[in-house]
Amino acid sequence: MKVRAHMSMLFHLDKCIGCHTCSIACKNLWTDRKGAEYMWWNNVETRPGAGYPTGWEDQERFKGGWRYQDGHLDLRLHSRTQGLARLFFNPALPSLDDYYEPYTFRYNDLFISPEGEDQPTAIPISMITGEPMTPGAGPNWDDDLGGSPLYAANDPNLKGLDPEVQAQLSEIEGVVFQYLPRICNHCLNPACVAACPTGAIYKRAEDGVVLVNENKCKAWRMCVAACPYKKVYYNWATGKSEKCILCFPRLETGQAPACAHSCVGRIRYMGVLLYDADRIPEAAMVPDDRLVESQLGIILDPFDPEVIAAAKAEGIDEGWIKAAQNSPIYKFVKVWGLAFPLHPEYRTLAMMFYVPPLSPVVSTLEKALRASQGREGLVRLDLPETDLDFEVYESLEKARMPVKYLANLFTAGNESLIVPALKKMLAVRILKRQESLEGGVTEKAQ
Amino acid sequence: MKDWIREIESPAERKWEEFYRNRFQHDKRVRTTHGVNCTGSCSWEVFVKDGVVTWELQATDYPSLEAGLPPYEPRGCQRGISFSWYLYSPIRVKYPYAKGALLDLWREAKKQHPDPVAAWEAIQSDPHKRKRYQKARGKGGFRRASWDEVLELIAAAVVSTVKRYGPDRVIGFSPIPAMSQISYAAGSRFLSLLGGVPLSFYDWYCDLPNASPEIWGEQTDVHESADWYNARFIAVMGSNLNMTRTPDTHFISEVRHAGAKLTVFSPDFSQVSKYADWWIPIHPGQDGAFWMAVNHVLLKEYYAEREVPYFLDYLKRYTDAPFLIEIRDGRPGRYLRANRLSEYAEEENGDFKLLLWDEEKGPRMPGGTIGFRWQKEKGKWNLKLEDPRTGEPLNPRLSLLGVEDEVLLVEFDDFASDQKLKRGVPVKYVVTKEGEKVAVATVFDLLMAQFGVGRGLPGDYPRDYGDELPYTPAWQEKWTGIHRDTLLKYARSWAENGLKTKGKNLIIIGAGINHWYHNNLMYRAGIVALMLTGSVGVNGGGLAHYVGQEKLANQASWGPIAFATDWGYPPRQQNTPSFHYVHSDQWRYERGFSAYDKTAAGLTDHTIDHQVRAVRKGWLPFFPQFNKSPLEVVKEAEARGAKTEAEIVQYVVEALKRGELRFAVEDPDAPENWPRVWFIWRGNAIGTSAKGHEYFLKHYLGTHTNTVAEEKAEGQVREVVYRKPAPEGKLDLVVDLNFRMDTSALYSDIVLPAATWYEKDDINTTDMHTFINPLQAAVPPAWESKPDWDIFKAIAKKVSELARVHLPTPVKDLVMIPLQHDTPDELAQAEDRDWKKGEVEPIPGKTMPKFRVVERDYTKLYEKMVTLGPGVEKVGVGMHGLTIPVEDFYKELAERQPRLFQGEKRPSLEEARQVAEAILFLDPVSNGELAYRAFLDEEKKTGVRLTDLAEGNRHVRISFKDLVAQPRRQLTTPTWSAIINQGRAYSPYTLNVERLIPWRTLTGRQHFYLDHPNYLAWGEHLPTYKPRPDVLMLQETKKSAFEAQGKLLNYITPHGKWSIHSTYSENHRMMTLSRGGYPVWLNDKDAAELGIKDNDWVELFNDNGVFVQRAIVSARIPRGTVFVYHATERTVGIPKSPLRGKRAGMNNSITRARLKPVLMSGGYGQFTYAFNYWGPVGVNRDTWVFVRKLERPPEW
Repeated sequence: MKVRAHMSMLFHLDKCIGCHTCSIACKNLWTDRKGAEYMWWNNVETRPGAGYPTGWEDQERFKGGWRYQDGHLDLRLHSRTQGLARLFFNPALPSLDDYYEPYTFRYNDLFISPEGEDQPTAIPISMITGEPMTPGAGPNWDDDLGGSPLYAANDPNLKGLDPEVQAQLSEIEGVVFQYLPRICNHCLNPACVAACPTGAIYKRAEDGVVLVNENKCKAWRMCVAACPYKKVYYNWATGKSEKCILCFPRLETGQAPACAHSCVGRIRYMGVLLYDADRIPEAAMVPDDRLVESQLGIILDPFDPEVIAAAKAEGIDEGWIKAAQNSPIYKFVKVWGLAFPLHPEYRTLAMMFYVPPLSPVVSTLEKALRASQGREGLVRLDLPETDLDFEVYESLEKARMPVKYLANLFTAGNESLIVPALKKMLAVRILKRQESLEGGVTEKAQ
Repeated sequence: MKDWIREIESPAERKWEEFYRNRFQHDKRVRTTHGVNCTGSCSWEVFVKDGVVTWELQATDYPSLEAGLPPYEPRGCQRGISFSWYLYSPIRVKYPYAKGALLDLWREAKKQHPDPVAAWEAIQSDPHKRKRYQKARGKGGFRRASWDEVLELIAAAVVSTVKRYGPDRVIGFSPIPAMSQISYAAGSRFLSLLGGVPLSFYDWYCDLPNASPEIWGEQTDVHESADWYNARFIAVMGSNLNMTRTPDTHFISEVRHAGAKLTVFSPDFSQVSKYADWWIPIHPGQDGAFWMAVNHVLLKEYYAEREVPYFLDYLKRYTDAPFLIEIRDGRPGRYLRANRLSEYAEEENGDFKLLLWDEEKGPRMPGGTIGFRWQKEKGKWNLKLEDPRTGEPLNPRLSLLGVEDEVLLVEFDDFASDQKLKRGVPVKYVVTKEGEKVAVATVFDLLMAQFGVGRGLPGDYPRDYGDELPYTPAWQEKWTGIHRDTLLKYARSWAENGLKTKGKNLIIIGAGINHWYHNNLMYRAGIVALMLTGSVGVNGGGLAHYVGQEKLANQASWGPIAFATDWGYPPRQQNTPSFHYVHSDQWRYERGFSAYDKTAAGLTDHTIDHQVRAVRKGWLPFFPQFNKSPLEVVKEAEARGAKTEAEIVQYVVEALKRGELRFAVEDPDAPENWPRVWFIWRGNAIGTSAKGHEYFLKHYLGTHTNTVAEEKAEGQVREVVYRKPAPEGKLDLVVDLNFRMDTSALYSDIVLPAATWYEKDDINTTDMHTFINPLQAAVPPAWESKPDWDIFKAIAKKVSELARVHLPTPVKDLVMIPLQHDTPDELAQAEDRDWKKGEVEPIPGKTMPKFRVVERDYTKLYEKMVTLGPGVEKVGVGMHGLTIPVEDFYKELAERQPRLFQGEKRPSLEEARQVAEAILFLDPVSNGELAYRAFLDEEKKTGVRLTDLAEGNRHVRISFKDLVAQPRRQLTTPTWSAIINQGRAYSPYTLNVERLIPWRTLTGRQHFYLDHPNYLAWGEHLPTYKPRPDVLMLQETKKSAFEAQGKLLNYITPHGKWSIHSTYSENHRMMTLSRGGYPVWLNDKDAAELGIKDNDWVELFNDNGVFVQRAIVSARIPRGTVFVYHATERTVGIPKSPLRGKRAGMNNSITRARLKPVLMSGGYGQFTYAFNYWGPVGVNRDTWVFVRKLERPPEW
């Protein structure tokens, strides 16, 4: 057992309001610089949707993460030898089109335009060329189901969903979306580190933060391609790769990362996890449907005396052990089973976790005798006959957000992990409601 | 550990990490907030490095509320956190700018006329010169100018206008003072000392929910967001919390986890819908129909079929449900007045004491009605259910059913089907002192009938829920599109929750409802459901309206400073909807309200006719007042021998009666009646605040416009002169104070560089929480910018200087104001009579406006502006009819921050920070002794014990320094309506419910029924449903229908994600995270029919104007609508309109103001006027546009 401490973040998606305050906090602090315009170390995606960079989950194309085949764990991007051969040609690398061409406006024209026949306006221009342009992409282009026939409808996580359910996601009966905030996952088994030909990327032993050494980086950009989450960016001005640093200058001074600090939805939790670094490869080498379980398996019980002793032996400070014991992340992930890593099938052992969201009940469109204004029928909420206040508890298939979709995001398709998580959240709500309305829990609810 | 997982501890190898540590380093953090109209009032820390603002992060040190409530922090959103971009951005106004065309004329005139006033008049008296610079407005051509030069020009225009036309031709617009109270007060104090006219904002923005004054006599009073956590059933309607209440939304997700049920009404799958348990995709603008049917179910199942003691008791104590209404000519009429009966014939204010039916004793007079509020004997104005004469308990009947003398068939209006329904109502007969037998019914029985709950009575009652008569679950289906089963389930869940939690039913409501033409009815329908479940005045229950009001917590002390009543009363205050409807000539483009509003009495006069009558009856203000300068009017009166104020007023009344003197509103297009000089600060008055923006450009500014509408009012109007052609270019000068070049700045003549929110001191409060937050200068104002307080000081100084030549001696100004809320004026008009028609004598303050003579010494304007005058010392501070003596504190303040005014030591207001200290020191929310005194006054009025609520806080004095150290919580005071001691969350009207302080209404209770004669005529005496105005009736697509192929869609403008109104909208962060523009959201199927693909350019057009942007196609948008998130600018990324050939407009280019005349009612109870409190509102939802695809990219 080789105990390591890890600073992790948890995103309670049932609370996310999709405001992007986190993204801007991050941008202001770290990437408001030339060459970094398009970098969004923290971004927030609307789901279903295409994400940023567009379609990043399409690993057929981008070749991110690891492949587990025949008992071997290999980078999907290339083997070691291929890597050398492809140093100068890397087709899996996203291009500007996959990100966006940063734009601004000629604001100053409002001040300096001479008197003319018509009102002046500040026209949009490229921040790269300075030429006029019409924005056609951005870091949050499909926000709130914008362009849903193009983006949401082509979300790869819809794979495996009943075609009827897929169709309803774009109709009044079933339309739904949620938000997915993303930072670097500071993985236990980081593909970016493994792919770097110069060894410039490393994991800080004390807190697990994965960093690109700006002095050593030689701009090969293998990390950009290898990261399945597309969370390493290439700075075109400095010729170095950069990524989320988990605000280590803040962490080191006892402050939460800016994205977590600024999270006005109060969805983010920070906490320490202890894990067994020796068991990383084996955790990543199980079939897809067991990946979550195997990752949780190497996260250690911070109350276990053996773990504590082993941690101390590794030089882990008592404060960190205490933090691990008080860690909300540990509770969510291990004790309650409410939170999961994003896309465990990438096998990087992502160390940021997500609580899947609840969603409203679906409806049916009932053809009325006479058409209602502007609509062909009457909307009827599809409420089961039940006394329970949160009706979808008894029939999760009536929640707008399909369980299968959430499973594709968080459990490599394993619905049997998502269902109890959602049910637990609903059960707590039922319990709390009964307490405040009935003064206790009714027999039926029990 | 595998080798590919490179783990590094070595400090040497990690030295490079300093790169990021260095970037994070900063010199200081300064607490401040954003003076923006979002209601957030979030405490921020601004990080400063090398004297430059680098970024901001939220402060996280709010004091906690009571145990069990989640904390507030971190408050702040994506918009707030991007503010630092503005400071050094290329859109920052760094220097004073003036339009080149005007500057050239000015410099030339100055050469010929060294006197600045003479120079200004030389330009104004030459129509060609005037036209020359007016036509240049908005067309570029700005030039940098010096502060001295522009200040002289502005002062010259002001002084000239005062001399030539009168001070009431100088107007100013600035919205929502709470967000930066001192910056607002800068301009309003200057204008008020001048005799100029601050324009209201809350009603104009259509944020004022008229239902609130209608029902509660209250402008608006709502829950702080922490109180959402106490709710257990939440209905969100027309409010997209994630978008507009971003820092508060966490309470919603948290209370869901605490067991609350969340239901969201929204036509689109909105951002807040994602949280809902039930998303109810109701048709746009039909929420009222849904709630009407909910009320039907509540009344039937929880009142007719069973008795719920909590509900019944609540209705008897806290609502007008047991009060008696006279049935006249088969219709519900006025409340039965006490003095109608011989027993109460001698009662003081007997017209304003109303009766209910006691179980044993029949018609009885309870205390607490408005007559008791304003009578000589105090102490009977309370909600005790007892006979105020004897102290005996009263036991009012809600229903007369079972004890009725007769069941009468009473007439009710069904506006949806244009029919009258006759429904049986149980009545009793009372005999008046004249011996007349009058049928009376309780409000409750009338409600039962109105909502169609038959209880076995005869008449046009629905048979069952499936009967489509009003207001059954089946009836609502055709309006809402929601199945009756869903409605039934909803209504029962609502009732059960209310019953089990004793009223923890919460409606969170917003602009999505309030911006519809019939918003007052939609609100009332929902509020009825709250009252029927005993939910108002309960923590976690009631109506939480969040649109724009941003509660000015320290109103009591701020008011006298902001409107300069410390130096003289009254200030001029104008309701803006009326002002712009009239002066920007939008009234000329419509046939009046009767084209789209239905009235019970079949009224057909044009809206402007009602407007004129409302002014002359003293219901609404209007400026300019007369077709003459109010200074000249006094001179004339004095020339005819008037000596006292009373004689001057008498002269004016006579002159008005004879028609020698006319109200300006009767002939608004006559040049002598135009507004002339307009100050705009802290707002976007010509841009996104301008409903009917294109008419502003045409008639106010006299520049280019995209409207193609034809005038339609000619021949339809009775009370106004119709001049032809309509004037274009009424305004002589438009001055804008701004830190960014927004649309208003772009169209102004002069732009003054204002300090940003990180560069000045100010105070900020909100209704979303109960803390007071400071704004502080993190860095000095950059470039040549100045705080608003300093800019208006500079203008005042220059005006005073020019006045020494042009207005050297004091002048008398006759000020006209309407009958005022929270004064005995509320008893002015028991009947509605028009003196102009000879129905009654013109009596100021009774049947017509009030007139006061105010002496103004323009040479002392500056000195007065920076000195807190004797009015506060003598009169005290106050609001809601309370008077709070502050003489001792005034004196103390004069010692702390002294300034000599004519030899006397008075508190200085020279620096913004001194203004802040004055506000805090003299207000009951921040001075515990004053809270105590306020309760003392309220005790006297009500006769109930209240001071115990303030005892524990008498020592509290919150100063600016305290605020800088940490946000400080306000105190419990009767200037507001909630008890918030010991960390209890603010829930409105808990003070009324728990301490029996009456609401400031006719009955002192919450009103189901409104008996103003206008409401009876309009058929809005009872909660009712009126259909949405039909697109054809609105007549704003007549010409555009032939312009191009397009699809007609309902134009919806909700509050957006990437801006706070127009602020932040052009901010680079926001532009990047959105679509880099102001997108047009379309349903995917509608878009497909129009051949529009995502990101295609589209054009929206109607007769009012045109809008061109790129489309977002989305399945979450309902068919038949087009969304443009509200408050766009036309400064950034706006191409030319292919249809109209000129630069396309902004979101208000396609709207036009439409006023609802019933909301002009006044002079009676809660219908008396107060600024931003009452009056018609600037609705904008009922707008239709054609949408078409552009074949090729537009030109710039």
